[in-house]
Amino acid sequence: MSIVTGTGTAAAAVQIVGARKSFGDKQVLKGIDLTIEPGTVTAILGPSGSGKSTLLRAVNHLEKLDGGYVVVDGELIGVHLVGNRLKELHEKQILRQRARIGFVFQNFNLFPHLTVLENVTEAPVSTGLLPKAAARERALELLAQVGLSDKADAFPRHLSGGQQQRVAIARALALDPQLILFDEPTSALDPELVGEVLAVIRRLAETGRTLVVVTHEVGFAREVADHVVFLDAGVVVEEGTPDDVLGNPQHARTRDFLSRVL
Amino acid sequence: MTTASFSPGVSAPAGGEQLVPPAALDRRVQRLRHPWQWVATGVVLLLALNFGQTLFTNPSWEWDRVGHWFANPAVLTGITVTLEATAISAVVSFLGGIVVALARLSRNRVLSGAAWLYIWVFRSLPLILVLVFLYNLGNLYPKLGVGIPFGPQFEVPTTNVLSDLTLGVVGLSLAEIAYAAEIVRAGLLSVDLGQHEAAKALGIPRHRQFTRIVLPQALRSIVPAYVNQIVGLLKSSSLLFYVSVLDLFGVLQNIGSTYPSDIIPTLVVASIWYLIFTSLIGIVQYFVERFYNRGLKGAR
Repeated sequence: MSIVTGTGTAAAAVQIVGARKSFGDKQVLKGIDLTIEPGTVTAILGPSGSGKSTLLRAVNHLEKLDGGYVVVDGELIGVHLVGNRLKELHEKQILRQRARIGFVFQNFNLFPHLTVLENVTEAPVSTGLLPKAAARERALELLAQVGLSDKADAFPRHLSGGQQQRVAIARALALDPQLILFDEPTSALDPELVGEVLAVIRRLAETGRTLVVVTHEVGFAREVADHVVFLDAGVVVEEGTPDDVLGNPQHARTRDFLSRVL
Repeated sequence: MTTASFSPGVSAPAGGEQLVPPAALDRRVQRLRHPWQWVATGVVLLLALNFGQTLFTNPSWEWDRVGHWFANPAVLTGITVTLEATAISAVVSFLGGIVVALARLSRNRVLSGAAWLYIWVFRSLPLILVLVFLYNLGNLYPKLGVGIPFGPQFEVPTTNVLSDLTLGVVGLSLAEIAYAAEIVRAGLLSVDLGQHEAAKALGIPRHRQFTRIVLPQALRSIVPAYVNQIVGLLKSSSLLFYVSVLDLFGVLQNIGSTYPSDIIPTLVVASIWYLIFTSLIGIVQYFVERFYNRGLKGAR
């Protein structure tokens, strides 16, 4: 499947340089370098505990790196350079950066006390991106795109997992981000609901946005991704086109992983 | 075992023996009987009837005097004081509780330490002790004020700021804030971490994260617990009598000592009024809970 690269200026590029992170004395990211071209779909694969979710969360500073940095569209994320040292930004500035990066969680994390529509309008209204009426209009449009027009007034509790995740995608899209991060978006779903969520992501891939997807769905990665990254024990073991990494893996660890998940 | 003839639809053990005669199939399964429950019910009813009878036969209840005092103007004034003290303390304590809870959860050690100390002190002291202490505050600090040490000061005489009712409300609130803070803290901690993360990831400004995402969800567990706490507060307000505030209980105590023959009726009047108010709070609690459960149970 070919990906429409879009207008060229819109989509965001991501650059990760020397990313290091430890939890206690366990080092989960051991100096990761990764370049993600604008308008592409990147799938990050790896065994559990390989650091792939931590890496993804570092891209919008939900996880604070101990060392190294992330650049989105030429802008350092979560830090700035003072002299020759990286310093954390003020929370306000970090929040402003995050508003331009969509994030979809494994467990959806919809706001249970708000209706589907309110879930989608909350961020654009409270960040001041759109006035209420416009946010509502855009939310209804997005809900139509993910096939949930009839659920606007429902509460998340009353939706299936697949529907909840589609609402979560609409919620992320409400801020019109040019980069969207997916953290195992189908892992919490019943097998028969995986397809509907992947279909939405597949359609998103055609809009020219940059997508980064941490996933266990090797088939999906093969079909939709332009670039596949295999992570193990906090390092990039191998990366390249889906055909290369999934079809003709060079490393034993990649082959071992693929033989277990396929 | 040989084959037996089966009624259609009856499953039988592998041997094929028919355990249940066809006649029993059509009858409803009889539930287990609980004979001791009937005995217990009988005993309870008997006791209730006995007590009920004394309400009519024992003249010391003096129901006509209960009627006489029930809506007496002095009693109604006392009710106003009780409700006023309870309502003001409830609101002040809730807001104060949020502040102290946030301080307690703060990463700043001084703030969380101060909040911990506050909660520790006021949960440890009996309310009546706090009230009497405040009542005598003028002896300890004749003037109240704030200022920079050795710098400019702002002061007022203690007795001017604290009328008896104000003092009572302050005392009630001081103690209540400590409990409210723990309720609010538990409520805030009960909100899933994913909710904080989702709000952050969407770039929602910090105060909106709290007021719009976290607090409404926390209120779901805070409100029922806090309304329950208000019942306690309403009852505790009767202690204000000891710092010369004439609340509902205080007024009726005074009447009781002025008319010693009416002690029982005045206690009955007080009981009835407290029952009415706590029941009303219970009704409010039902609707408030229903409101905060929206989206989590059934339709809104």
